[in-house]
Amino acid sequence: MSVDTQTVLRIASLARIAMSEEEAERLKPELNNILGWVEQLGEVDTSGVEPLAAVIANHTRMRDDVVTDGDKREDILANAPVAEHGFFAVPKVIE
Amino acid sequence: MTDITDLGVADIRDGFRGGAFSAREVADAFNDAVAGSDALNCFIVKTPEKALEAADEADRALAAGDAKPLSGVPLGIKDLFCTKGVQSTAASHILEGFVPPYESTVSGNLLEAGAGMLGKLNMDQFAMGSSNETSHFGNVVSPWRRNDGGNTPMSPGGSSGGTSSAIAAHIVPAATGTDTGGSIRQPAAFTGICGMKPTYGRCSRYGMVAFASSLDQAGPMARSVKDCAILLEAMAGHDAKDTTSLKEPVPNWEAGLNGDLKGKTIGIPKEYRVDNMPEEIDALWKQGVEWMRDAGAEIVDVSLPHTKYALPAYYIIAPAEASANLSRYDGVRYGLRETPDGANLQDMYAATRAAGFGDEVKRRVMIGTYVLSAGFYDAYFTQATKVRTLIARDFDSAWESCDYLLTPTAPSAAFGLGDLSDDPIAMYLNDVFTVPSSLAGLPAIAVPGGLDHQGLPLGLQVIGKALDEQGVMNAGLAMEERAGFTARAEKWW
Repeated sequence: MSVDTQTVLRIASLARIAMSEEEAERLKPELNNILGWVEQLGEVDTSGVEPLAAVIANHTRMRDDVVTDGDKREDILANAPVAEHGFFAVPKVIE
Repeated sequence: MTDITDLGVADIRDGFRGGAFSAREVADAFNDAVAGSDALNCFIVKTPEKALEAADEADRALAAGDAKPLSGVPLGIKDLFCTKGVQSTAASHILEGFVPPYESTVSGNLLEAGAGMLGKLNMDQFAMGSSNETSHFGNVVSPWRRNDGGNTPMSPGGSSGGTSSAIAAHIVPAATGTDTGGSIRQPAAFTGICGMKPTYGRCSRYGMVAFASSLDQAGPMARSVKDCAILLEAMAGHDAKDTTSLKEPVPNWEAGLNGDLKGKTIGIPKEYRVDNMPEEIDALWKQGVEWMRDAGAEIVDVSLPHTKYALPAYYIIAPAEASANLSRYDGVRYGLRETPDGANLQDMYAATRAAGFGDEVKRRVMIGTYVLSAGFYDAYFTQATKVRTLIARDFDSAWESCDYLLTPTAPSAAFGLGDLSDDPIAMYLNDVFTVPSSLAGLPAIAVPGGLDHQGLPLGLQVIGKALDEQGVMNAGLAMEERAGFTARAEKWW
């Protein structure tokens, strides 16, 4: 399977990466090379094989449902590109 | 007196405790080495004051009779670890200026054990790369050069390239690395040092900038197996802040080191004999087999039939996880923000990420987004995770006939910077011997074995069963004792 320029632009949009048509054009053969290469996985018979999610057996542990952290608003906002009135600020979302 | 910067972790610790030198003298010596290393570009941030502060604390502690396990030892910290109050960028532009208000568990454990921090080590951007050419802060240069009299700048490997270069150049005695598909072991091989990737879950990932969460694992890099054991003991341990960290006791690995392999069986996987592998690597591999035999081990041939599918599976799984992990970089809470004139929120996200991610990061986020997108998920992602199951089963079958596997660490010696940067797949193939054990979450160590005809280091790798770090380090030690690798790069920087 290979991707065309429109598909590259659609993926870029899904990935929230601004991209010009020229850039998409440049990226297209790179992505197609990589996709062509990983497609060899299709030749492996995986019928009846479960997907592997956790490599080492581990148990999800429970902890008491109590607050263990908090009161760190200043710390959390310290790295924000724009913070106002104790909040993260972003461009206007609702007109 | 020997130059302090030629000492490793154990020698610094013991010399400091024995009164041969003060922690302050050690910190001064390494701070000077760091200050004089700019031509290698190993550091993104230098923190001489942190190293001195820890040294003074170590000197006070020793006088008071309560020196800690790593008191007196200064270390480098890969920039993938968040360090409280010190810029942490994962070598990216999008996190440039990010100063974490918290400390990663692994770096915190090392500092808690008395270690000092010399600075934040350069790396491939978000740990995506095998040559340290994707950093926003410039390429790291290896201290090694070919013996042809030329001065071609060589790759230190990646992604832990700042780490490997600094250790090989004796600018730091040891440092942290991280390994997703080979990022500790391949750079260790390229620079003639040791690097240990522990079992997935041994070290907490809390505060480690996430690349591919089911694969990422921290580990030590140093100039000896013993130094790796000392550091890993301090780094590892269960952490309530990372649900994938294993609730297992941390063994006393240093005390358990023993290079006698009597009664152990070493498997040689036939699928690791890849096309176009230099004859010298094959010769070193055979030499490694002899070293293992000499140490008392029995040698058997084994088969890991799905090995050739490990890399393609990895290059679906890792980008898929990366595309999800990196979605957090949106210009809102930290790091870079780009707001073009009249931009709405979506435009801001897209402009920020376009400006903040390097080419390789974009490539992988795009691949990851594609293989997870509607209609392609099963064909790519689900199939890759099923193949991952088969790869893990291959190792399980191998353990029925052997205790460890011996393989080369990388399919070539270091290459020149720029040699592979136009060919992503050729670059990916560097990790052909390290990716399978990453996919299976197994512990593995890289140990230097010798030099090739160009005078560049070559490494061997030992892979072991889950949680058998001790066995893996012991087999590594057996090789280290017999390889007698003392070569080092001549200082030119």
